[in-house]
Amino acid sequence: MSSAASLTSEHLGISFGGHKAVDDVSCAFHAGELTVVVGPNGAGKTTWFNLISGQLTPTTGRILLGDREITRLSPSARAKAGIGRAFQLTNLFPRLTVLENVRLAVQAREGQGPRLFVKASALSHLTDEAMSYLEAARLGAVAHLPAAALPHGDQRKLEVALLLAMEPKIFMFDEPTAGMSLDEAPVILELIGEIKKDTSRTVLLVEHKMDVVRALADRIVVLHNGQLVADGAPADVMKLELVREIYLGTGAEEVA
Amino acid sequence: MSLAVEQTGAPRQLPMGRLLVYGTVGLIALALLFAPFLFPDVRSQEVAARICVFIVLAASFDLLIGYTGIVSFAHTMFFGLGAYGTAIALKQFGASFTSIALGGGAGVLAALVLAALIGLLSLRVKAIFFAMVTLAAASVMLVLASQLSEFTGGEDGLTYSIPRLFSPATELIADAEGKAVKLFGVALNGKIALYYFVFSSSLALFAVMLRIVASPLGRVLKAIRENEMRAEAIGYRVVGYRTAVFCIAAVIAALAGILRAVWLKYTGPEVALSFDIMIDILLIVVIGGMGTMWGAVIGVVLMTLASYYLKDLMALGAEATASIPLLPDLLNPDRWLLWLGVGFILLVYFFPSGLVGTLMDRDARAGK
Ligand SMILES: Nc1ncnc2c1ncn2[C@@H]1O[C@H](COP(=O)(O)OP(=O)(O)OP(=O)(O)O)[C@@H](O)[C@H]1O
Ligand SMILES: [Mg+2]
Repeated sequence: MSSAASLTSEHLGISFGGHKAVDDVSCAFHAGELTVVVGPNGAGKTTWFNLISGQLTPTTGRILLGDREITRLSPSARAKAGIGRAFQLTNLFPRLTVLENVRLAVQAREGQGPRLFVKASALSHLTDEAMSYLEAARLGAVAHLPAAALPHGDQRKLEVALLLAMEPKIFMFDEPTAGMSLDEAPVILELIGEIKKDTSRTVLLVEHKMDVVRALADRIVVLHNGQLVADGAPADVMKLELVREIYLGTGAEEVA
Repeated sequence: MSLAVEQTGAPRQLPMGRLLVYGTVGLIALALLFAPFLFPDVRSQEVAARICVFIVLAASFDLLIGYTGIVSFAHTMFFGLGAYGTAIALKQFGASFTSIALGGGAGVLAALVLAALIGLLSLRVKAIFFAMVTLAAASVMLVLASQLSEFTGGEDGLTYSIPRLFSPATELIADAEGKAVKLFGVALNGKIALYYFVFSSSLALFAVMLRIVASPLGRVLKAIRENEMRAEAIGYRVVGYRTAVFCIAAVIAALAGILRAVWLKYTGPEVALSFDIMIDILLIVVIGGMGTMWGAVIGVVLMTLASYYLKDLMALGAEATASIPLLPDLLNPDRWLLWLGVGFILLVYFFPSGLVGTLMDRDARAGK
């Protein structure tokens, strides 16, 4: 990709009590590109995502969205600016219905939240939009159940549906298929494949499953002990000794 | 997928819990609407007016604790600001509607400013610290009210008169002899006007709150209660929303304070500022059901009736059982607090989400 970066992580770092969870990570992402982030457990993948989407504030470095610096923005401001995030640990509104979960994301994007004297039920286009995302995630049939009542696999789908409903420029998936059964995972992978088709979008994906990486990745970035240790085309990165170790499940030996 | 089939296949059950709640609320509304004619004695009037005002106060507290998950102990402080503003103006500038508007307005404004300050300064911190800050603010206000006795009357409070329109001596419609016309045997005097002033203002404020919880904003509040971090992550400025709802609730509480001050013709720490009231509304919301609005209505009625009539009921019970050993002792009116406590424990045990919450949940589980 020769175009200007859509998202840049510049020397990003954060330490927790002396332990550098993310250590001087520099990396630029481009629209139309799907980057898979790999690394052993505890490598700092989720922490790096948290720095980018704003749940954590970095101790070093800057984050740019296009040319705009967003390092100090709140998570909600970043969401409005176009950064969307799905979480590794399911992170929903448990006692609200599945429909309401997604509708909240649609309502936030359309800036309807502060409206006080409109009947929410009168804004039926919000509901219609939310339903279309639910259908896409194959959750239409359970729209009226509370999110907490869904089985794990459906909760993961809802997690993704929330991200879809945000219609962000930057999509960040943190192990979207974790804990899902083999027959459920393809729904999510198809959705990510769909997202990828729109070349104005930038996708970041943390994923361990080899076949997923093969099928979707345009580029692979490897994190290890908080540092970026490899970055390149899938075929090249896959050859690296370290990556082989990770994928053979033997990469967890180091406890820094 | 099998779930969906089950749902459409099962015969649709009547939502009994919902019907029960709406039916009860409807009865309460009717009783309050016709209270001056149904229960014309002075004590019942006082009970009805207190119920009206406390529904507003408890429902506005429910906006915070039930809808948004904000724990505040400063709610009676805002109530007190409205009440004291009105009381001081009526005392200083005389019994006019202008005094009520000016004093009440000042109280509401003070509540708004204070709520915005507390909200912006401390809604970022952990819930427990926020609760502490509100507790501190409320304590300071209580001390101020007793120290500035020149204006507030200190511990004794203030007694004042209210506009002539609301005086029992005023005939709303006079007959040929210049006496108030009677309707269903009740004289249409200023007291009736005062009751309907309190009733209709309370109704309007409650309607505003119903509107708020059904609005897009109401949805965001629930989202914040359910998962503040995700609400922020999908684009809602949580601190902003929290501060906004804290201010709205404070203003409504202050408006309720105005009504209380006008109705009672007396304002003191006991009736407008004390932590007893705070605990009362906390219990009301818990018993009625948090995050339901209707819970506030049912909770207030139960609590108020219990605190006004439980003693009477027990005295009757003690008399009726006079010949039986032990029972009259247990039913001695002095033990009313004990029975109230037992009642709470049973309610919380059998209705863990409050009366309204539990009844409506039951519907949801039955497959509504
Ligand atoms: N809030 C925190 N406080 C202290 N340490 C933290 C915190 N968040 C993460 N860490 C530490 O930072 C390191 C990186 O964790 P992180 O969750 O980012 O790893 P990960 O690559 O996402 O791992 P996994 O594959 O298990 O999800 C770990 O050692 C973790 O214990
Ligand atoms: Mg992780």
